[in-house]
Amino acid sequence: MKTTSAPGAAPATATHRDRASLLGLYERIVLIREFEERVKFLFLEGTMPGTIHQCQGQEATAVGVCSALQPGDYITSTFRGHGHALAKGLSVQELLDELFGATTGCCKGKGGSMHMGNMDKGMVPGIAIVAGGIPLAAGMALAFKMQKKPQVVACFFGDGAVAEGAFHEGVNMAAIWNLPVVLVCENNLYGASTHIGKVMKNPKISDRAASYGFRGETVDGNDVLAVLAAAERAVAECRAGKGPVLLELLTYRRTGHSRRDACHYQPKDEREAWFARDPITRFAEVLLARPDVKQADLDAIKAKIDAEIQTAVVNAQKAPQPTLANLTEDVFA
Amino acid sequence: MKRQGIAEALRDGIAEEMMRDSSVFCIGEDIGVPGGWGGAFTVTLGLSEKFPGRIIDTPIAELGFTGMAVGAAMMGMRPIADMQYGDFLFLASDQLINNAAKMRYMSGGTIKVPMVMRAPIGATGRGSQHAQSMERYFTGVPGLKVVAVSTAYDAKGMLKAAVRDDNPVMIFEHKLLYGSKGARAEPGAVDATSDIPDEDYVVPLDRAVVRREGKHVTILGWLLMAHFAAQAAEQLAQEGIEAEVIDVRSLSPIDYETIGASLRKTGRVVIVEEGPKTGGVSAEIAAGIMEHCGDSLQAPVVRVASPDVPVPFSPILENAYRPDVARIVAAARSLAQM
Repeated sequence: MKTTSAPGAAPATATHRDRASLLGLYERIVLIREFEERVKFLFLEGTMPGTIHQCQGQEATAVGVCSALQPGDYITSTFRGHGHALAKGLSVQELLDELFGATTGCCKGKGGSMHMGNMDKGMVPGIAIVAGGIPLAAGMALAFKMQKKPQVVACFFGDGAVAEGAFHEGVNMAAIWNLPVVLVCENNLYGASTHIGKVMKNPKISDRAASYGFRGETVDGNDVLAVLAAAERAVAECRAGKGPVLLELLTYRRTGHSRRDACHYQPKDEREAWFARDPITRFAEVLLARPDVKQADLDAIKAKIDAEIQTAVVNAQKAPQPTLANLTEDVFA
Repeated sequence: MKRQGIAEALRDGIAEEMMRDSSVFCIGEDIGVPGGWGGAFTVTLGLSEKFPGRIIDTPIAELGFTGMAVGAAMMGMRPIADMQYGDFLFLASDQLINNAAKMRYMSGGTIKVPMVMRAPIGATGRGSQHAQSMERYFTGVPGLKVVAVSTAYDAKGMLKAAVRDDNPVMIFEHKLLYGSKGARAEPGAVDATSDIPDEDYVVPLDRAVVRREGKHVTILGWLLMAHFAAQAAEQLAQEGIEAEVIDVRSLSPIDYETIGASLRKTGRVVIVEEGPKTGGVSAEIAAGIMEHCGDSLQAPVVRVASPDVPVPFSPILENAYRPDVARIVAAARSLAQM
């Protein structure tokens, strides 16, 4: 089995996937990009409250992993969770409503950008404390194991989380009890503004898995088919009681860490090199190499998404805002 | 009916809840090791044989196992987490405060976190880091329920109520009140045994209890201080001062109905707290009394608490640190004479 595919390596082949599922993947990654671009506009325009952490450039990690899951499976996410939410099947409308603080949002306006989630769709509200979702996901997996349920949890975290104590504690317990959790490290090279080279002696994050006694794999995170294939293997192992698995997905954040961050700490040549490996452009090339996919098909997908987002924005801007009575509700069950 | 100490009553309570509900399990350090202790204070002794696979011994990883308890609770389990010493809660506090307490609110009221966190506290000859009164750090966290048990009856009843509650509940226990036996017995232990009914019962998580009635002064305490307050009331009675003793018991929320009813009778209150005076639960109670029933006061609120220092080791210093019966008596006497 190939365990490492560096960025820029040949994309995984699309030959064994059918046209409809491939176009479905494409639709999801384009949806995330267009959603994020629209949110960025709304935020900079000043009409959307709060702060934002966006994932332009990282769409393939969310879509590849979530596409390997069943509806009954769960994900945990981070403060950068818009893409995970869309990939797990949350609707554009419930996310936009949440971003506008409306009661019709996925968390009734009480979560916001960093805590997107919907348990009915298998997504825990984003855990915005770095690595805080790792012990939580291990505990969810422990519950599945004790309840003899077949579900798995995919736990998203960034390269920064690897330095946290919660990573070590959660991963170690997931390992000793063979828990069904896919540990998904989206390595975008920066924890906020700090490059991994400054904070890791060994920057190959998947190596950590061996020290806990389980399998880790580094994957080209900008190749949605490579991510999907690796996630399918990992999910199958977890479902068979052979978890956990650590997937290190190499990717890159095209936009700022948050808000108006201009990314001056990302060197120009590095940005250009990664922009040339953009997950959407690359996947489009793979699709267009097929005889049964035309540029017009991809254009139609984008047009459909843009229309959906436009409608959702209009709705979200007039969605019901909370009343003051809502302030003290939902503290206790 | 049987006479039990807190450790035995908790053990029976846990076992009964585990029998009743297969989603209940225990997680913590050294709680189910064959040949081990059953937790640092024997509470889970013997349960791992009775409930195979449901008494989960973890690595020394308080943050990790607390987070696992939160995650398991979100998925329908009802974990009882065991913090070996309350002081270690600082390690676990991210998961308790940022996840357990906030998950329901952040999710717009869709998630339940039915978990229990048990933690022993109190200055007991172990120096500064196995001694702190930790309840103060959690009573101000919205989304957590916090109780402190001073009798075996309450320990069992509140444990059962906490397990059945759909919210995170922290139960604080005092090392000198467990009545642990054998090698885990505590020097200087205080008798906290109760007559435990044979039938199932719960004790509500939001009610204080009047331990002794009186009309001259009210003394509020919890855990070891509830016992010292009762002893102080005995002495005061010999002087003709009738003190009403309330075991506050529920620290979040605080039962101002019971406290207020007492203050309307006595007009005077001494709040006793083991732990530094500054920022303590007694400060919150004092402010709450002003808001809820301040017009009943005939004299200012008095607090008896530890000085603002870490818990010392030397027995002489530790005894000076911890409020004792003599200090409570002196404070109540001078207040009653005002």
